[in-house]
Amino acid sequence: MEAEMSLYSEKVMDHFRHPRNVGVIENADGVGEVGNAKCGDIMKMYIKVENGILTDVKFETFGCGSAIASSSMATEMIKGKPLSEALELTNRAVTEALGGLPAYKLHCSVLAEQAVQAAVLDYYKRNNIPYDESQFKCALCAHEHDHPEGEEE
Amino acid sequence: MFVYADHAATTRMLPIAVQAYTKTADLIFGNPSSLHTVGQRAQELLTSCREEVAAILGASPREIYFTSGGSESDNQALLSAAYAGAKKGKKKIVSTAIEHHAVLHTLKKLEKEGFEIVLLPVGESGIVSADDARRAIDRDTALVSVMLANNEIGTIQPVREIAEICKACGVPLHTDAVQAVGHIPVNVNELGCDYLALSAHKFGGPKGTGVLYARTGAPLSPLIEGGAQERNKRAGTEDLPSIAGMVAALKASVADMDASCAHLRKLQRKLIEGIEARISHCSLNGDRANRLPGNVSFCFEGVEGEALLLYLDDEGICASSGSACTSGSLDPSHVLLAIGRVHDVAHGSLRLTLGAENTEEEVDYLLEKIPYVVQKVRSFSPVWRDLQEGKRKFIL
Ligand SMILES: Cc1ncc(COP(=O)(O)O)c(C=O)c1O
Repeated sequence: MEAEMSLYSEKVMDHFRHPRNVGVIENADGVGEVGNAKCGDIMKMYIKVENGILTDVKFETFGCGSAIASSSMATEMIKGKPLSEALELTNRAVTEALGGLPAYKLHCSVLAEQAVQAAVLDYYKRNNIPYDESQFKCALCAHEHDHPEGEEE
Repeated sequence: MFVYADHAATTRMLPIAVQAYTKTADLIFGNPSSLHTVGQRAQELLTSCREEVAAILGASPREIYFTSGGSESDNQALLSAAYAGAKKGKKKIVSTAIEHHAVLHTLKKLEKEGFEIVLLPVGESGIVSADDARRAIDRDTALVSVMLANNEIGTIQPVREIAEICKACGVPLHTDAVQAVGHIPVNVNELGCDYLALSAHKFGGPKGTGVLYARTGAPLSPLIEGGAQERNKRAGTEDLPSIAGMVAALKASVADMDASCAHLRKLQRKLIEGIEARISHCSLNGDRANRLPGNVSFCFEGVEGEALLLYLDDEGICASSGSACTSGSLDPSHVLLAIGRVHDVAHGSLRLTLGAENTEEEVDYLLEKIPYVVQKVRSFSPVWRDLQEGKRKFIL
Protein backbone atom coordinates (compact mmCIF):
# COMPACT_ATOMS: atom_id res chain seq x y z
CA MET A 1 0.00 0.00 0.00
CA GLU A 2 2.86 2.38 0.72
CA ALA A 3 4.08 2.39 -2.90
CA GLU A 4 6.11 5.04 -4.70
CA MET A 5 4.30 7.69 -6.68
CA SER A 6 6.89 10.30 -7.53
CA LEU A 7 7.46 8.56 -10.81
CA TYR A 8 5.56 10.94 -13.05
CA SER A 9 7.18 13.34 -15.46
CA GLU A 10 6.44 17.06 -15.37
CA LYS A 11 4.34 16.61 -18.49
CA VAL A 12 2.20 13.88 -16.90
CA MET A 13 1.66 16.02 -13.80
CA ASP A 14 0.77 19.02 -15.96
CA HIS A 15 -1.89 17.07 -17.86
CA PHE A 16 -3.11 15.49 -14.63
CA ARG A 17 -3.41 18.84 -12.86
CA HIS A 18 -4.85 20.65 -15.87
CA PRO A 19 -6.59 18.04 -17.98
CA ARG A 20 -7.35 19.32 -21.51
CA ASN A 21 -10.68 18.65 -23.15
CA VAL A 22 -12.26 17.15 -20.08
CA GLY A 23 -16.03 16.68 -20.05
CA VAL A 24 -18.79 15.41 -22.29
CA ILE A 25 -20.04 16.32 -25.74
CA GLU A 26 -23.82 16.27 -25.82
CA ASN A 27 -24.94 14.87 -29.17
CA ALA A 28 -21.51 13.44 -29.86
CA ASP A 29 -21.04 11.77 -33.24
CA GLY A 30 -19.14 8.92 -31.64
CA VAL A 31 -18.54 7.67 -28.11
CA GLY A 32 -16.02 5.06 -27.03
CA GLU A 33 -15.64 3.55 -23.59
CA VAL A 34 -12.85 1.15 -22.66
CA GLY A 35 -11.44 -0.44 -19.52
CA ASN A 36 -13.46 -1.53 -16.54
CA ALA A 37 -14.05 -0.41 -13.00
CA LYS A 38 -12.84 -3.69 -11.59
CA CYS A 39 -9.35 -2.99 -12.90
CA GLY A 40 -9.53 0.57 -11.67
CA ASP A 41 -9.66 2.44 -14.95
CA ILE A 42 -12.30 3.43 -17.45
CA MET A 43 -11.87 5.91 -20.26
CA LYS A 44 -14.66 7.45 -22.24
CA MET A 45 -14.04 9.51 -25.38
CA TYR A 46 -16.60 11.71 -27.11
CA ILE A 47 -15.97 12.94 -30.65
CA LYS A 48 -17.56 15.42 -33.00
CA VAL A 49 -16.84 14.85 -36.70
CA GLU A 50 -17.25 17.21 -39.65
CA ASN A 51 -16.09 16.33 -43.14
CA GLY A 52 -13.84 13.63 -41.77
CA ILE A 53 -12.20 15.99 -39.30
CA LEU A 54 -12.37 15.66 -35.51
CA THR A 55 -13.69 19.10 -34.74
CA ASP A 56 -14.11 18.36 -31.05
CA VAL A 57 -12.93 15.71 -28.60
CA LYS A 58 -13.71 15.34 -24.92
CA PHE A 59 -12.98 12.69 -22.35
CA GLU A 60 -14.03 11.37 -18.96
CA THR A 61 -11.73 9.09 -17.00
CA PHE A 62 -12.03 7.01 -13.87
CA GLY A 63 -8.47 6.08 -13.07
CA CYS A 64 -5.09 6.99 -11.73
CA GLY A 65 -2.94 10.00 -12.51
CA SER A 66 -1.41 8.48 -15.61
CA ALA A 67 -4.82 7.40 -16.93
CA ILE A 68 -6.10 10.96 -16.64
CA ALA A 69 -2.94 12.40 -18.18
CA SER A 70 -2.96 9.83 -21.02
CA SER A 71 -6.55 10.62 -21.98
CA SER A 72 -5.90 14.33 -21.81
CA MET A 73 -2.81 14.01 -24.00
CA ALA A 74 -4.61 11.76 -26.49
CA THR A 75 -7.42 14.29 -26.97
CA GLU A 76 -4.88 17.03 -27.56
CA MET A 77 -3.08 14.92 -30.14
CA ILE A 78 -6.15 14.13 -32.23
CA LYS A 79 -8.30 17.24 -31.94
CA GLY A 80 -8.57 19.02 -35.30
CA LYS A 81 -7.03 16.06 -37.11
CA PRO A 82 -8.61 13.89 -39.82
CA LEU A 83 -10.09 10.59 -38.62
CA SER A 84 -7.45 8.67 -40.53
CA GLU A 85 -4.74 10.34 -38.47
CA ALA A 86 -6.57 9.77 -35.21
CA LEU A 87 -6.70 6.09 -36.00
CA GLU A 88 -2.94 6.05 -36.29
CA LEU A 89 -2.46 7.31 -32.75
CA THR A 90 -0.48 4.72 -30.82
CA ASN A 91 -0.01 4.22 -27.12
CA ARG A 92 3.69 4.67 -27.78
CA ALA A 93 3.12 8.14 -29.23
CA VAL A 94 0.97 9.10 -26.23
CA THR A 95 3.62 7.81 -23.83
CA GLU A 96 6.37 9.67 -25.65
CA ALA A 97 4.39 12.89 -25.71
CA LEU A 98 3.95 12.55 -21.95
CA GLY A 99 7.71 12.26 -21.46
CA GLY A 100 7.38 8.60 -20.53
CA LEU A 101 5.32 6.57 -18.06
CA PRO A 102 6.43 4.10 -15.41
CA ALA A 103 6.45 0.56 -16.88
CA TYR A 104 3.50 -0.64 -14.82
CA LYS A 105 1.43 2.36 -16.01
CA LEU A 106 1.92 1.78 -19.72
CA HIS A 107 -1.50 0.17 -19.96
CA CYS A 108 -2.98 3.63 -19.29
CA SER A 109 -1.63 4.90 -22.60
CA VAL A 110 -2.95 1.72 -24.24
CA LEU A 111 -6.39 2.54 -22.91
CA ALA A 112 -6.13 6.02 -24.43
CA GLU A 113 -5.35 4.53 -27.83
CA GLN A 114 -8.22 2.08 -27.46
CA ALA A 115 -10.64 4.79 -26.38
CA VAL A 116 -9.90 6.90 -29.46
CA GLN A 117 -10.39 3.90 -31.74
CA ALA A 118 -13.58 2.88 -29.97
CA ALA A 119 -15.03 6.36 -30.46
CA VAL A 120 -14.15 6.41 -34.16
CA LEU A 121 -15.51 2.89 -34.61
CA ASP A 122 -18.75 3.99 -32.98
CA TYR A 123 -18.93 6.91 -35.40
CA TYR A 124 -18.41 4.61 -38.38
CA LYS A 125 -21.06 2.20 -37.15
CA ARG A 126 -23.62 4.89 -36.44
CA ASN A 127 -23.19 6.26 -39.95
CA ASN A 128 -22.93 2.91 -41.71
CA ILE A 129 -19.52 3.89 -43.00
CA PRO A 130 -17.64 0.83 -44.18
CA TYR A 131 -14.37 0.27 -42.35
CA ASP A 132 -11.42 -2.02 -42.40
CA GLU A 133 -11.54 -4.19 -39.28
CA SER A 134 -7.79 -4.55 -39.13
CA GLN A 135 -7.61 -0.84 -38.38
CA PHE A 136 -9.48 -1.43 -35.15
CA LYS A 137 -7.57 -4.31 -33.71
CA CYS A 138 -7.10 -2.31 -30.62
CA ALA A 139 -10.67 -1.18 -30.06
CA LEU A 140 -12.08 -4.61 -30.81
CA CYS A 141 -9.96 -6.14 -28.08
CA ALA A 142 -10.71 -3.26 -25.77
CA HIS A 143 -12.37 -5.48 -23.23
CA GLU A 144 -8.98 -6.98 -22.55
CA HIS A 145 -7.06 -4.91 -20.10
CA ASP A 146 -3.65 -5.22 -21.63
CA HIS A 147 -2.40 -4.81 -25.12
CA PRO A 148 0.50 -6.79 -26.56
CA GLU A 149 2.36 -3.62 -27.43
CA GLY A 150 1.89 -2.43 -23.90
CA GLU A 151 4.64 -4.71 -22.70
CA GLU A 152 7.31 -2.84 -24.61
CA GLU A 153 9.88 -0.53 -23.01
CA MET B 1 -1.62 24.66 4.78
CA PHE B 2 0.35 21.43 4.99
CA VAL B 3 -1.16 18.40 6.72
CA TYR B 4 0.72 15.16 7.21
CA ALA B 5 -1.99 12.53 7.71
CA ASP B 6 -0.03 9.39 6.90
CA HIS B 7 1.32 8.37 10.29
CA ALA B 8 0.62 4.68 9.67
CA ALA B 9 3.14 4.83 6.81
CA THR B 10 5.74 6.43 9.00
CA THR B 11 6.15 9.21 11.55
CA ARG B 12 8.49 12.11 11.90
CA MET B 13 11.05 11.39 14.62
CA LEU B 14 10.24 12.98 17.97
CA PRO B 15 12.76 15.67 18.93
CA ILE B 16 13.69 13.66 22.01
CA ALA B 17 14.41 10.64 19.79
CA VAL B 18 16.56 12.72 17.43
CA GLN B 19 18.42 13.97 20.45
CA ALA B 20 19.03 10.48 21.80
CA TYR B 21 20.03 9.31 18.32
CA THR B 22 22.57 12.05 17.66
CA LYS B 23 23.95 12.01 21.18
CA THR B 24 24.59 8.29 20.92
CA ALA B 25 26.06 8.53 17.42
CA ASP B 26 28.36 11.29 18.60
CA LEU B 27 29.40 10.17 22.04
CA ILE B 28 28.68 6.48 22.46
CA PHE B 29 30.23 5.25 19.29
CA GLY B 30 31.83 2.09 20.64
CA ASN B 31 31.08 -1.45 19.60
CA PRO B 32 29.20 -3.12 22.46
CA SER B 33 31.22 -6.28 21.83
CA SER B 34 34.55 -4.51 22.49
CA LEU B 35 36.14 -5.11 25.86
CA HIS B 36 37.63 -1.64 26.28
CA THR B 37 36.01 1.27 28.06
CA VAL B 38 34.51 2.82 24.94
CA GLY B 39 32.92 -0.50 24.00
CA GLN B 40 31.69 -1.10 27.50
CA ARG B 41 29.94 2.25 27.59
CA ALA B 42 28.06 1.17 24.50
CA GLN B 43 27.31 -2.19 26.10
CA GLU B 44 25.89 -0.44 29.16
CA LEU B 45 23.63 1.72 27.02
CA LEU B 46 22.48 -1.33 25.05
CA THR B 47 21.67 -3.13 28.29
CA SER B 48 19.69 -0.23 29.68
CA CYS B 49 17.80 0.16 26.40
CA ARG B 50 16.89 -3.51 26.51
CA GLU B 51 15.71 -3.15 30.11
CA GLU B 52 13.58 -0.15 29.25
CA VAL B 53 11.86 -1.85 26.32
CA ALA B 54 11.30 -4.94 28.45
CA ALA B 55 9.78 -2.91 31.28
CA ILE B 56 7.38 -1.14 28.91
CA LEU B 57 6.23 -4.39 27.29
CA GLY B 58 6.07 -6.32 30.58
CA ALA B 59 8.80 -8.66 29.38
CA SER B 60 12.14 -9.73 30.74
CA PRO B 61 15.22 -8.15 29.12
CA ARG B 62 16.36 -11.59 27.93
CA GLU B 63 13.22 -11.77 25.80
CA ILE B 64 13.98 -8.59 23.84
CA TYR B 65 15.88 -8.79 20.54
CA PHE B 66 16.79 -5.69 18.57
CA THR B 67 16.18 -6.05 14.83
CA SER B 68 16.00 -3.91 11.69
CA GLY B 69 12.26 -3.37 12.12
CA GLY B 70 8.82 -4.87 11.81
CA SER B 71 9.43 -6.93 8.69
CA GLU B 72 12.48 -8.66 10.09
CA SER B 73 10.79 -9.33 13.42
CA ASP B 74 7.75 -10.82 11.70
CA ASN B 75 9.91 -13.00 9.45
CA GLN B 76 12.03 -14.29 12.29
CA ALA B 77 9.11 -15.08 14.59
CA LEU B 78 7.17 -16.93 11.90
CA LEU B 79 10.06 -18.91 10.47
CA SER B 80 11.38 -19.87 13.92
CA ALA B 81 8.04 -21.13 15.18
CA ALA B 82 7.08 -22.80 11.89
CA TYR B 83 10.31 -24.78 11.57
CA ALA B 84 10.22 -25.76 15.24
CA GLY B 85 6.63 -26.97 14.77
CA ALA B 86 7.55 -28.90 11.65
CA LYS B 87 10.18 -30.81 13.61
CA LYS B 88 7.34 -32.09 15.77
CA GLY B 89 5.28 -32.92 12.70
CA LYS B 90 3.05 -29.83 12.94
CA LYS B 91 2.66 -28.14 9.59
CA LYS B 92 -0.45 -26.03 9.95
CA ILE B 93 -0.29 -22.27 10.45
CA VAL B 94 -3.33 -20.15 11.29
CA SER B 95 -3.34 -16.42 10.55
CA THR B 96 -5.71 -13.77 9.22
CA ALA B 97 -6.59 -12.44 5.78
CA ILE B 98 -5.64 -8.90 6.77
CA GLU B 99 -2.04 -9.34 7.92
CA HIS B 100 0.73 -7.09 6.64
CA HIS B 101 2.73 -8.43 3.69
CA ALA B 102 5.66 -9.00 6.05
CA VAL B 103 3.54 -11.81 7.49
CA LEU B 104 1.54 -12.87 4.41
CA HIS B 105 4.53 -13.18 2.12
CA THR B 106 6.45 -15.17 4.73
CA LEU B 107 3.45 -17.48 5.01
CA LYS B 108 3.40 -17.83 1.20
CA LYS B 109 7.01 -18.94 1.35
CA LEU B 110 6.17 -21.46 4.08
CA GLU B 111 3.23 -22.71 2.04
CA LYS B 112 5.60 -23.46 -0.85
CA GLU B 113 7.69 -25.44 1.61
CA GLY B 114 4.73 -27.63 2.46
CA PHE B 115 2.98 -25.86 5.33
CA GLU B 116 -0.79 -25.61 5.33
CA ILE B 117 -1.82 -21.99 5.74
CA VAL B 118 -5.28 -21.12 7.05
CA LEU B 119 -6.21 -17.45 6.80
CA LEU B 120 -9.16 -16.51 8.99
CA PRO B 121 -11.72 -14.17 7.39
CA VAL B 122 -12.66 -10.90 9.05
CA GLY B 123 -16.04 -9.85 7.71
CA GLU B 124 -17.24 -6.31 7.30
CA SER B 125 -15.99 -5.17 10.70
CA GLY B 126 -12.38 -5.97 9.83
CA ILE B 127 -12.08 -7.96 13.04
CA VAL B 128 -11.30 -11.65 13.17
CA SER B 129 -13.67 -13.74 15.26
CA ALA B 130 -12.29 -15.72 18.18
CA ASP B 131 -14.83 -18.45 17.39
CA ASP B 132 -13.40 -18.86 13.90
CA ALA B 133 -9.95 -19.02 15.47
CA ARG B 134 -11.16 -21.67 17.94
CA ARG B 135 -12.43 -23.84 15.10
CA ALA B 136 -9.20 -23.50 13.13
CA ILE B 137 -6.61 -23.98 15.87
CA ASP B 138 -5.84 -27.52 17.00
CA ARG B 139 -3.01 -29.57 18.45
CA ASP B 140 -1.47 -29.98 15.00
CA THR B 141 -1.07 -26.25 14.59
CA ALA B 142 2.57 -25.13 14.51
CA LEU B 143 1.86 -21.44 14.92
CA VAL B 144 -0.83 -18.79 15.06
CA SER B 145 -0.15 -15.23 13.88
CA VAL B 146 -2.70 -12.47 14.46
CA MET B 147 -1.86 -8.79 14.15
CA LEU B 148 -2.81 -6.55 17.06
CA ALA B 149 -3.94 -3.60 14.94
CA ASN B 150 -4.34 -3.42 11.19
CA ASN B 151 -2.24 -0.93 9.26
CA GLU B 152 -4.88 0.00 6.69
CA ILE B 153 -8.14 0.16 8.54
CA GLY B 154 -6.83 0.34 12.11
CA THR B 155 -9.06 -2.39 13.50
CA ILE B 156 -7.91 -3.97 16.76
CA GLN B 157 -7.92 -7.76 16.88
CA PRO B 158 -8.92 -10.00 19.82
CA VAL B 159 -5.36 -11.21 20.42
CA ARG B 160 -5.88 -11.92 24.10
CA GLU B 161 -8.84 -14.23 23.47
CA ILE B 162 -6.97 -16.01 20.70
CA ALA B 163 -3.97 -16.40 23.02
CA GLU B 164 -6.15 -18.38 25.43
CA ILE B 165 -7.21 -20.72 22.66
CA CYS B 166 -3.56 -21.13 21.66
CA LYS B 167 -2.54 -21.83 25.21
CA ALA B 168 -5.15 -24.56 25.57
CA CYS B 169 -3.77 -26.27 22.45
CA GLY B 170 -0.11 -25.65 23.25
CA VAL B 171 0.37 -23.54 20.13
CA PRO B 172 2.72 -20.52 20.04
CA LEU B 173 1.15 -17.16 19.11
CA HIS B 174 2.86 -14.34 17.26
CA THR B 175 1.36 -10.87 17.11
CA ASP B 176 2.43 -8.13 14.71
CA ALA B 177 2.01 -5.13 16.99
CA VAL B 178 3.78 -2.69 14.66
CA GLN B 179 0.78 -0.35 14.40
CA ALA B 180 -0.22 -0.71 18.04
CA VAL B 181 2.88 -0.10 20.12
CA GLY B 182 3.14 3.50 21.27
CA HIS B 183 -0.52 4.11 20.40
CA ILE B 184 -2.51 1.71 22.57
CA PRO B 185 -1.39 -0.17 25.69
CA VAL B 186 0.62 -3.27 24.82
CA ASN B 187 1.74 -5.74 27.46
CA VAL B 188 2.95 -9.18 26.45
CA ASN B 189 1.57 -10.87 29.57
CA GLU B 190 -1.84 -9.29 29.27
CA LEU B 191 -1.89 -10.29 25.61
CA GLY B 192 -0.49 -13.73 26.30
CA CYS B 193 1.55 -13.81 23.09
CA ASP B 194 4.77 -15.74 22.62
CA TYR B 195 6.22 -13.43 19.99
CA LEU B 196 5.60 -9.78 19.25
CA ALA B 197 6.96 -7.51 16.52
CA LEU B 198 7.31 -3.75 16.82
CA SER B 199 8.87 -1.07 14.64
CA ALA B 200 10.36 2.21 15.86
CA HIS B 201 9.37 4.44 12.95
CA LYS B 202 5.66 4.04 13.66
CA PHE B 203 5.92 5.88 16.99
CA GLY B 204 8.42 8.66 16.42
CA GLY B 205 11.57 6.57 16.38
CA PRO B 206 14.06 6.03 13.55
CA LYS B 207 13.39 3.87 10.49
CA GLY B 208 15.13 0.53 10.09
CA THR B 209 14.98 -0.45 13.72
CA GLY B 210 12.61 -2.52 15.79
CA VAL B 211 12.19 -5.27 18.32
CA LEU B 212 11.27 -8.89 18.35
CA TYR B 213 9.93 -10.08 21.67
CA ALA B 214 10.24 -13.86 22.08
CA ARG B 215 9.00 -15.41 25.30
CA THR B 216 11.50 -17.52 27.23
CA GLY B 217 11.30 -21.03 25.84
CA ALA B 218 9.75 -19.99 22.52
CA PRO B 219 11.88 -21.36 19.68
CA LEU B 220 14.05 -18.74 18.02
CA SER B 221 16.53 -19.22 15.21
CA PRO B 222 18.62 -16.50 13.58
CA LEU B 223 17.81 -15.08 10.14
CA ILE B 224 21.25 -13.51 9.98
CA GLU B 225 24.29 -15.61 10.82
CA GLY B 226 27.55 -14.19 12.09
CA GLY B 227 28.62 -12.76 15.41
CA ALA B 228 27.17 -13.55 18.79
CA GLN B 229 25.10 -10.36 19.14
CA GLU B 230 21.59 -10.56 20.56
CA ARG B 231 22.41 -13.80 22.32
CA ASN B 232 23.31 -15.50 19.04
CA LYS B 233 19.92 -14.78 17.54
CA ARG B 234 20.73 -11.78 15.37
CA ALA B 235 24.27 -11.23 14.10
CA GLY B 236 25.64 -7.81 13.27
CA THR B 237 26.99 -4.87 15.25
CA GLU B 238 24.05 -3.25 16.98
CA ASP B 239 22.73 0.05 15.60
CA LEU B 240 22.98 1.73 18.96
CA PRO B 241 22.00 5.27 17.89
CA SER B 242 18.77 3.90 16.41
CA ILE B 243 18.10 1.71 19.42
CA ALA B 244 18.59 4.69 21.75
CA GLY B 245 16.34 6.80 19.52
CA MET B 246 13.68 4.10 19.53
CA VAL B 247 13.73 3.78 23.31
CA ALA B 248 13.44 7.54 23.76
CA ALA B 249 10.46 7.61 21.37
CA LEU B 250 8.84 4.61 23.01
CA LYS B 251 9.13 6.08 26.50
CA ALA B 252 7.73 9.42 25.33
CA SER B 253 4.85 7.81 23.40
CA VAL B 254 3.87 5.63 26.31
CA ALA B 255 4.08 8.52 28.79
CA ASP B 256 1.85 10.67 26.56
CA MET B 257 -0.46 7.88 25.50
CA ASP B 258 -3.55 8.84 27.49
CA ALA B 259 -3.43 12.46 26.44
CA SER B 260 -2.67 11.79 22.79
CA CYS B 261 -5.27 9.06 22.63
CA ALA B 262 -7.97 11.41 23.92
CA HIS B 263 -6.84 14.09 21.46
CA LEU B 264 -6.78 11.65 18.55
CA ARG B 265 -10.18 10.18 19.38
CA LYS B 266 -11.65 13.67 19.23
CA LEU B 267 -10.03 14.43 15.88
CA GLN B 268 -10.93 11.00 14.54
CA ARG B 269 -14.57 11.42 15.39
CA LYS B 270 -14.70 14.89 13.90
CA LEU B 271 -13.04 13.69 10.71
CA ILE B 272 -15.22 10.59 10.30
CA GLU B 273 -18.44 12.43 10.99
CA GLY B 274 -17.34 15.39 8.88
CA ILE B 275 -16.58 13.22 5.86
CA GLU B 276 -19.86 11.35 6.23
CA ALA B 277 -21.78 14.62 6.43
CA ARG B 278 -20.04 16.23 3.46
CA ILE B 279 -19.56 13.41 0.97
CA SER B 280 -22.31 11.21 -0.44
CA HIS B 281 -21.88 7.53 -1.24
CA CYS B 282 -18.92 6.88 1.00
CA SER B 283 -18.38 4.31 3.68
CA LEU B 284 -16.00 3.96 6.61
CA ASN B 285 -13.77 0.91 6.32
CA GLY B 286 -13.69 -1.30 9.41
CA ASP B 287 -15.34 -1.15 12.78
CA ARG B 288 -16.26 2.33 13.95
CA ALA B 289 -15.27 1.92 17.60
CA ASN B 290 -12.72 -0.82 17.80
CA ARG B 291 -9.97 0.88 15.84
CA LEU B 292 -6.72 2.74 16.44
CA PRO B 293 -7.36 6.30 17.62
CA GLY B 294 -5.70 7.95 14.61
CA ASN B 295 -7.10 5.81 11.80
CA VAL B 296 -9.75 7.06 9.37
CA SER B 297 -10.24 4.93 6.26
CA PHE B 298 -12.98 5.44 3.69
CA CYS B 299 -14.12 4.18 0.32
CA PHE B 300 -15.69 6.72 -2.03
CA GLU B 301 -17.79 5.49 -4.87
CA GLY B 302 -16.94 6.56 -8.44
CA VAL B 303 -13.46 7.68 -7.44
CA GLU B 304 -10.02 6.21 -8.05
CA GLY B 305 -7.66 6.47 -5.10
CA GLU B 306 -4.40 7.40 -6.74
CA ALA B 307 -5.89 10.40 -8.50
CA LEU B 308 -7.42 11.42 -5.18
CA LEU B 309 -4.05 11.21 -3.43
CA LEU B 310 -2.23 13.22 -6.08
CA TYR B 311 -4.81 16.00 -6.04
CA LEU B 312 -4.73 16.00 -2.24
CA ASP B 313 -0.95 16.24 -2.36
CA ASP B 314 -1.35 19.37 -4.48
CA GLU B 315 -3.45 20.78 -1.64
CA GLY B 316 -0.67 20.01 0.85
CA ILE B 317 -2.33 16.88 2.23
CA CYS B 318 -0.35 13.65 2.63
CA ALA B 319 -2.52 10.54 2.80
CA SER B 320 -2.56 7.05 1.34
CA SER B 321 -4.84 4.66 -0.52
CA GLY B 322 -5.35 0.97 -1.10
CA SER B 323 -6.14 1.34 -4.79
CA ALA B 324 -4.40 -0.95 -7.27
CA CYS B 325 -2.56 1.96 -8.79
CA THR B 326 -0.92 2.85 -5.51
CA SER B 327 -0.06 -0.75 -4.72
CA GLY B 328 1.72 -1.20 -8.04
CA SER B 329 -0.42 -4.25 -8.83
CA LEU B 330 -3.70 -4.83 -10.61
CA ASP B 331 -5.58 -5.64 -7.44
CA PRO B 332 -6.63 -3.23 -4.76
CA SER B 333 -5.65 -3.84 -1.14
CA HIS B 334 -6.23 -7.36 0.19
CA VAL B 335 -7.53 -5.82 3.42
CA LEU B 336 -10.31 -3.93 1.65
CA LEU B 337 -11.23 -7.02 -0.33
CA ALA B 338 -11.22 -9.05 2.92
CA ILE B 339 -13.81 -6.74 4.49
CA GLY B 340 -16.03 -7.28 1.46
CA ARG B 341 -15.36 -4.20 -0.62
CA VAL B 342 -15.78 -5.12 -4.28
CA HIS B 343 -12.93 -4.12 -6.60
CA ASP B 344 -14.77 -1.11 -8.10
CA VAL B 345 -15.21 0.41 -4.67
CA ALA B 346 -11.90 -0.70 -3.16
CA HIS B 347 -10.09 1.33 -5.84
CA GLY B 348 -11.62 4.44 -4.31
CA SER B 349 -10.11 4.19 -0.86
CA LEU B 350 -8.47 6.87 1.20
CA ARG B 351 -6.54 6.30 4.43
CA LEU B 352 -5.90 9.21 6.75
CA THR B 353 -3.82 8.39 9.80
CA LEU B 354 -3.51 11.15 12.32
CA GLY B 355 -0.74 11.69 14.83
CA ALA B 356 -0.55 13.52 18.12
CA GLU B 357 0.81 16.67 16.48
CA ASN B 358 -2.19 17.05 14.16
CA THR B 359 -4.53 19.84 15.22
CA GLU B 360 -8.22 20.56 15.03
CA GLU B 361 -7.50 23.31 12.48
CA GLU B 362 -5.80 20.72 10.32
CA VAL B 363 -8.85 18.48 10.51
CA ASP B 364 -10.97 21.47 9.47
CA TYR B 365 -8.66 21.88 6.49
CA LEU B 366 -9.00 18.18 5.62
CA LEU B 367 -12.76 18.55 5.82
CA GLU B 368 -12.62 21.48 3.45
CA LYS B 369 -10.30 19.90 0.88
CA ILE B 370 -11.30 16.22 0.79
CA PRO B 371 -14.90 16.86 -0.31
CA TYR B 372 -13.60 19.35 -2.89
CA VAL B 373 -11.12 16.84 -4.32
CA VAL B 374 -13.61 13.94 -4.30
CA GLN B 375 -16.07 16.18 -6.14
CA LYS B 376 -13.38 17.15 -8.65
CA VAL B 377 -12.46 13.52 -9.39
CA ARG B 378 -16.12 12.57 -9.63
CA SER B 379 -16.80 15.48 -12.00
CA PHE B 380 -14.99 13.70 -14.82
CA SER B 381 -15.48 10.10 -13.76
CA PRO B 382 -17.56 8.06 -16.22
CA VAL B 383 -18.35 5.68 -13.36
CA TRP B 384 -19.82 8.51 -11.34
CA ARG B 385 -21.82 9.67 -14.37
CA ASP B 386 -23.24 6.17 -14.86
CA LEU B 387 -24.15 6.03 -11.18
CA GLN B 388 -25.89 9.39 -11.44
CA GLU B 389 -27.75 8.39 -14.57
CA GLY B 390 -28.84 5.08 -13.08
CA LYS B 391 -26.84 3.03 -15.59
CA ARG B 392 -24.87 1.56 -12.75
CA LYS B 393 -26.09 0.74 -9.26
CA PHE B 394 -24.69 2.45 -6.20
CA ILE B 395 -22.97 0.05 -3.87
CA LEU B 396 -22.24 2.49 -1.05
C1 LIG C 1 1.35 -4.01 10.53
C2 LIG C 1 2.73 -3.84 10.00
N1 LIG C 1 3.61 -4.85 10.07
C3 LIG C 1 4.87 -4.74 9.61
C4 LIG C 1 5.33 -3.57 9.07
C5 LIG C 1 6.74 -3.50 8.56
O1 LIG C 1 7.54 -2.73 9.42
P1 LIG C 1 8.94 -2.15 8.94
O2 LIG C 1 8.64 -1.06 7.99
O3 LIG C 1 9.61 -1.65 10.18
O4 LIG C 1 9.70 -3.28 8.33
C6 LIG C 1 4.45 -2.47 8.97
C7 LIG C 1 4.88 -1.19 8.38
O5 LIG C 1 4.81 -0.92 7.22
C8 LIG C 1 3.13 -2.62 9.44
O6 LIG C 1 2.26 -1.61 9.36
